[in-house]
Amino acid sequence: MATDATTVAPVAAQPAEIRRPTAGLWSDALWRLRRDPTTIAAGVVIVTMITLALGADLLADNFFHWSFTKQDILSSYERPSLSEPAMWLGSDQLGRSQIVRLLYGARVSLFIGAFGAATSMLIGIVLGVTAGYFRGWWDDLVVWLVTTLNSIPALFLLLIVGLLFRLTPLPLAIFLGALGWLGIANLARGQTISLREREYVLAARTIGATPLRVMWRHIFPNILPLMIILAMTDVGGLILTESALSYLGFGIQPPVPSWGNMLTGATQFLSKGPWLVYAPGVMIWITVLCLYLVGDGLRDALDPRLRGVGGRAKK
Amino acid sequence: MGRFIARRLVQAIPTLFGVLVLTFLLTRLSPADPVQLMLGGQYDISPEDRERLRQSLGLNDPLPFQFVTWLWHVIQFDFGNSFYYHRPVIQMIGERIPNSLQISLSALLITVAVGVPLGVLAALRRGGLVDHAIRIFSVSGHAIPTFWFGLIFVLVLGVQLRWFPIGSMNVIGTDCTFCWDRIWHLIGPVAVISIGGIANLPRILRTEVLEVISQDYVRTARSKGLRERVVISAHVLRNALIPVVTLFGGLLTIFVGGSLVIEQVFNWPGLGRLTFEAAINKDYPLVQAGVVFSSLLLILSYIVRDITYAIVDPRIKVR
Repeated sequence: MATDATTVAPVAAQPAEIRRPTAGLWSDALWRLRRDPTTIAAGVVIVTMITLALGADLLADNFFHWSFTKQDILSSYERPSLSEPAMWLGSDQLGRSQIVRLLYGARVSLFIGAFGAATSMLIGIVLGVTAGYFRGWWDDLVVWLVTTLNSIPALFLLLIVGLLFRLTPLPLAIFLGALGWLGIANLARGQTISLREREYVLAARTIGATPLRVMWRHIFPNILPLMIILAMTDVGGLILTESALSYLGFGIQPPVPSWGNMLTGATQFLSKGPWLVYAPGVMIWITVLCLYLVGDGLRDALDPRLRGVGGRAKK
Repeated sequence: MGRFIARRLVQAIPTLFGVLVLTFLLTRLSPADPVQLMLGGQYDISPEDRERLRQSLGLNDPLPFQFVTWLWHVIQFDFGNSFYYHRPVIQMIGERIPNSLQISLSALLITVAVGVPLGVLAALRRGGLVDHAIRIFSVSGHAIPTFWFGLIFVLVLGVQLRWFPIGSMNVIGTDCTFCWDRIWHLIGPVAVISIGGIANLPRILRTEVLEVISQDYVRTARSKGLRERVVISAHVLRNALIPVVTLFGGLLTIFVGGSLVIEQVFNWPGLGRLTFEAAINKDYPLVQAGVVFSSLLLILSYIVRDITYAIVDPRIKVR
């Protein structure tokens, strides 16, 4: 591999573009990301969403003047109107402001997505890497666990969990994460199996590196980019699962608003307040869509060789 | 081939065992007292009677012993009686499974019928307007919350426009499995549940077609003067479809798992809705059976997928 300014794929027919000061993988990725408007746009939407969710209290107090629990039975089923900010998206059966509740719902969804994905990254990488590195009975056990959990439809299993425990966002995020690590573990395991045969791993082992050190210093950094890409998709998937579970009434419980349980309320009064059905779903859709787009963009940026595999091919 | 199928079936046994262990443990970890749940709202039962019932149900035995007893019954398809309906659970499940299968299999059919042409079209018109449109549809269809899409379907086409019936499988009074009325009721849930697959299939097929189309044998086929249509259908598609078979595993996960919430949205009396209602009624035997049978469906469909894969790609049997 060349040590000067040219890196990445040794393709000859790429002038101009490749002649630039280069550093490592991450600054390379950043350089590629900056030329990808779709990913940037999607990223901006996500960042805006996070900012709004974090600032929900401030906005509710100072701009909407309407807390998420404030009810006003006289203004129930208010149609969306521009008369006052709190009624921009109308009000529900109890006269609660839809837009303020959406803000707080964003908080729940994004929290569960992020925290759940972190949980499944942790479980998936630890189990996947160790299984791929040590093989033997430990590998068999992990593979068995993955196959088993893969064979139970997640929502059915979550139904039992929701039946047993009254879930607040944090435990729910952990539960979802504890069920969502399968894909990550599979990928981490496969990558580790192929990486452990590389010369640099052998070299590290010959000078006496412990298995823990090999996994942490030599294997983990190499699979991290892939894992991050997968985690992005994971966050989206978790948000979808959470919303379905909360819609069924086994996830986040009212009065804490989540996009899923807002839809439960909306369906019970479908003919009286049809507008209540649209906004929460559109929010879920946009959030998940942007997360997927960012994931796709990151994949292209971090590993240009994968460009077009299963994703947005740019040819 | 026989050996392959046999081996695949044997491989499913540890998986099934895992599913049973997990289902049992999760329900038994419940803080709720099964005896109280079984008795429902009746509180005026003496503690002695309660204890006798507990004893007769084997709830005082050690947990591993309880599991073995439960397993022994489950192997004989005996899941006990429903706490809520006081009927054998297995009978209720048996009534619902055909309804669920009707949705999943129709969805699979629709997904293939729509997804395959879209994927091929995207590959052949690579970089064109159609390709872009299909890609946008793919990404957004992948991100849409299915149940919400179902709600919109019910709201717009059912409640507001009245084009489609809201809920149930048949118009009250009629009861048929294959007739126009049933199909009319099927359109909603099947269309909604297929969206995930229709979004996924073209993306993967497109990549495969592009891969195959640059192979030497395709060039050979073209150079010997075959018509493009024949080249695409006989040489390209035949090979590009092979990896797509593996996708069916994921699709069936969507169909079986998604059925839970879609059946709820469309009021379709399938396995998912039965399990959901059982969970609401805290009807443990029924919930257990629902989880076990939905997993069984999934395990079976994985096996069918692998066998199909071995049939379309003879190379797999070498491994």
